[in-house]
Amino acid sequence: MAQKILDALTKKFAAAIEQTTSDHGDEVAYVAREQLHEIATWLKTDPEMAFDSPVFVTAIDLLDLRRPDEHGRVVEIDVGVHPNLGRFEVCFQLRSQTHKHRIRLKVRVTEADPRCASLASLWPAFDWQERETFDMYGIRFDGHPDLRRIYLYEEFVGYPLRRDYPKEKRQPLVRRDDLLIAPDSLTIKTEREGDRDV
Amino acid sequence: MGLELVTTKLEDAANWGRKFSLFTYPFVTACCGMEFMSVAAPKYDLARFGAEFPRFSPRQADLLMIVGTITEKQGPALKRVYDQMAEPKWVIAFGVCASTGGFYQNYHAMPGADQVIPVDVYIPGCPPRPEQVLDALILLQKRIQDGRGHSQLRHKREQAALARERVASGED
Repeated sequence: MAQKILDALTKKFAAAIEQTTSDHGDEVAYVAREQLHEIATWLKTDPEMAFDSPVFVTAIDLLDLRRPDEHGRVVEIDVGVHPNLGRFEVCFQLRSQTHKHRIRLKVRVTEADPRCASLASLWPAFDWQERETFDMYGIRFDGHPDLRRIYLYEEFVGYPLRRDYPKEKRQPLVRRDDLLIAPDSLTIKTEREGDRDV
Repeated sequence: MGLELVTTKLEDAANWGRKFSLFTYPFVTACCGMEFMSVAAPKYDLARFGAEFPRFSPRQADLLMIVGTITEKQGPALKRVYDQMAEPKWVIAFGVCASTGGFYQNYHAMPGADQVIPVDVYIPGCPPRPEQVLDALILLQKRIQDGRGHSQLRHKREQAALARERVASGED
């Protein structure tokens, strides 16, 4: 459907396009992190492209997608290309209301350096979505005007949608005085005084 | 002895009055709110049991209905609302999310509103049927009449502690 966009991208930014895929009408371009802002600017301003509509920003954590199952067999989940280039994929979905076409830009970032250019200056609607991605995955968006948590409270430690965040971990802001809370434990004991009569 | 008998009967009479004039504060956070509207509306009609008039200020209410999921972020707000209510006060956890966290066993959902405030009656269900809510209200009324609500028991404990102190200091 939008193969011509991928072709145009590859033609113009050959060195910066790491890989392109096209699957069920979803055209994806893996772009080099350093050129992301430049490519996005061109996609927005070029009259043939005219991507005027930001759809979403998110990230994908690829940790442990290849792991042994309960029978010891290694489960191979096809994650696309370059499985070892970085732990996270940052995903920008764009759409053009003018030409009725769309494209997804993906940037691979590593766990040690989870940075990526912010596109909030091009599409202001990405501002809060990048904050959400930062909140949940800890991706730092360089050039973002106000990068801080958007859903979770400031006291929250860690990034809960990362695959290594413990499912049972709670970070309570307030608890009843009569509840026993073990500070170092991941789970909270729920022993309580009960309604003992006098 | 005679005075004690009179105060006990007075308490009973007060509790009889309390159980038929509950003023609810609906702390509605999620989809259970639809079921709460249903139970408050004429078809099921919570008003038949005296819990007629939802007040949207905790200071004017004595029954806190926690209707829906409580997140960890909401914990301080919920505690504040409860603390603002005048004594004696009662709490109903409406639905599994308010009771135990329900199917949200993860980073953001509180595993039951009773992590923050004492809950008198829990209603299971996702969401509960209106009949269950009416049943819970009748259970709560029984508790109020018996003086076994959490805030009533706390009050009794405090009174007993005060009496013990008075005895210890030799005032009586």
